[in-house]
Amino acid sequence: MISVKGITKLYGDKKVVDDVSLSIAKGKITSLIGPNGAGKSTVLSMITRLLDNDSGEVLLEGDNIFTQPNTDLAKKISILKQSNHLELKITVRELIAFGRYPYSKGRLTKEDNALIDEAINYMELEQFEDRYIDELSGGQRQRAYIAMTIAQDTEYIFLDEPLNNLDMKHSVQIMQILRRLVRERNKTIIIVIHDINFASCYSDNIVALKDGEVAISGTKNEVIKKDILEEIYEMEINIECIMGHQICIYFDEHADATVDDFVKEQAQI
Amino acid sequence: MLKDHKNRLLLVLSIVTVIVIVFYMLFQIDFDILFYQLPSRGRRILSIVIVGVAIAVSTVIFQTIVKNRILTPSIMGLDSVYVFIQTSIVFIAGVSSPFLLNAHFNYFLSLGLLTLFTLFVFRYLFKLTKSNVFILLLIGIILGTFFGNLSTFMQQLISPDDFLVLQNTLFASFNVVNEDLMLLTAIILIIMLIIVLKDFHSLDVLALGRDGAINLGVNYDRKVSQLLVIVAILVSVSTALVGPIMFLGLLVVNIAHELFKTYKHIYLIIGTSLISIIALVVGQMIVQFVFQNSVEISVIINLVGGVYFIYLMLRRGRE
Ligand SMILES: Nc1ncnc2c1ncn2[C@@H]1O[C@H](COP(=O)(O)OP(=O)(O)OP(=O)(O)O)[C@@H](O)[C@H]1O
Ligand SMILES: [Mg+2]
Repeated sequence: MISVKGITKLYGDKKVVDDVSLSIAKGKITSLIGPNGAGKSTVLSMITRLLDNDSGEVLLEGDNIFTQPNTDLAKKISILKQSNHLELKITVRELIAFGRYPYSKGRLTKEDNALIDEAINYMELEQFEDRYIDELSGGQRQRAYIAMTIAQDTEYIFLDEPLNNLDMKHSVQIMQILRRLVRERNKTIIIVIHDINFASCYSDNIVALKDGEVAISGTKNEVIKKDILEEIYEMEINIECIMGHQICIYFDEHADATVDDFVKEQAQI
Repeated sequence: MLKDHKNRLLLVLSIVTVIVIVFYMLFQIDFDILFYQLPSRGRRILSIVIVGVAIAVSTVIFQTIVKNRILTPSIMGLDSVYVFIQTSIVFIAGVSSPFLLNAHFNYFLSLGLLTLFTLFVFRYLFKLTKSNVFILLLIGIILGTFFGNLSTFMQQLISPDDFLVLQNTLFASFNVVNEDLMLLTAIILIIMLIIVLKDFHSLDVLALGRDGAINLGVNYDRKVSQLLVIVAILVSVSTALVGPIMFLGLLVVNIAHELFKTYKHIYLIIGTSLISIIALVVGQMIVQFVFQNSVEISVIINLVGGVYFIYLMLRRGRE
């Protein structure tokens, strides 16, 4: 289990993350939601030691992450950041192979190659394997990065907006793969996600951040509620149960009116 | 297949390197003074290999760390500092001073000061500017101009005769290189190479950037400081040995990137080293055989390098 105890991050004298405490349950998908600038990425970076915190601590199975050897940690925790630019001449397969670095230190074994193949398979990247990543579309590249994280084969996987750039089919596919990783390999996945309905349909637990603080944290049924979400996002949100899922509908009421006008106009012509 | 291609390229470069070296050794050889000519050319080749490799390795590592392909480790005005050191010696102690004329003194003094300066720049300025390339470049230009102007000022004050002597030390040259110092530089270079190559895979990971490297379990801050010390030492030894010539690094690393199209440092380091040796030997041939030593090799390198740099900038602008 990962427990986060009162972590705080200051930029200047602005507290962008303020006394955030969480515990991340093993073998579950936990979604981190909240408006732009709420501090989601900052929290993720602090939990995964990419960023120093100004106070508080992060415990992995009871031990502070900063006291653990880097290589050990890299076999337990992996993180994919929100945006990844690489100006490297590197192929998809070579990028994914980086995921094995904590284990093989660059000298790939047969087992490493098998795991790389598997990650390529998972992300349906077979046809792009030998292409340079700067010659791929945004979504294809994003899938290559996710595949690298999968190849790292850690117990905890942190993904910051992994559905960035992905079309519906691949978004759904990735969420299904994440579920499969949890089910079959007992992985623990923490994912920052903006599409509230993806969070609602695919996660077990949801943590909502607002203005650097935890607004609410609980199972998805405890969080996906009209009044709670409306307060977090400061807009009208309706929730319907569709095919057993709580689906948020956050339409603009005026949208229908314009459609009506448009239909009327068309009729007059 | 891709790997084969790169290995073949390395093979071709090695063969070209051997060919240019043999050509240089044997061109217009005069059998009457064979025993003078061959060792003298051999010494030049040795110093070219040492300096070429030092420049190549330091530039490759430096560019990986700063994630930029148009910077070289001397960007912070290192060459001007070298000129400044040499000018100060003449200004303060005069041309007959052992500091200028005695190769050992001069080497150790320059090496010490250059290493200190480079370490200072890497340690403090990188932190201060958060490795912002533009601010770094700006400070580099300011430092370069500052030391350059100080040197020019002192050069105005010394006698014209002293100035002529001084001028000779300000250009990189492979013509008179002290054997002991060459040996010492070679030993330092080999030690640095062993440290770097022992763990060259971690360089590949560093190219992913700080977050990517930490995620894969690399102790980023420690690794980067270690590498910057190595870069500072390599840059300083080669400058102290033959004079300011770091601009070559820009040229050869970029050619290596074009040829190899890879992020793998083992190819980049070996490839850049070979290209750098080829460039220097060819440069030396032009200086020695075409111009009969009437121009300096650094002039030729700066000319070719400068044109290539402009080409790079134009191409970047278009992309
Ligand atoms: N390096 C920095 N310096 C100063 N302020 C920063 C820095 N990084 C982030 N911030 C601020 O911290 C706050 C939280 O940023 P963070 O990236 O964690 O938000 P987020 O919840 O991930 O948002 P998004 O949904 O847009 O990705 C923002 O107000 C941002 O402006
Ligand atoms: Mg974010």
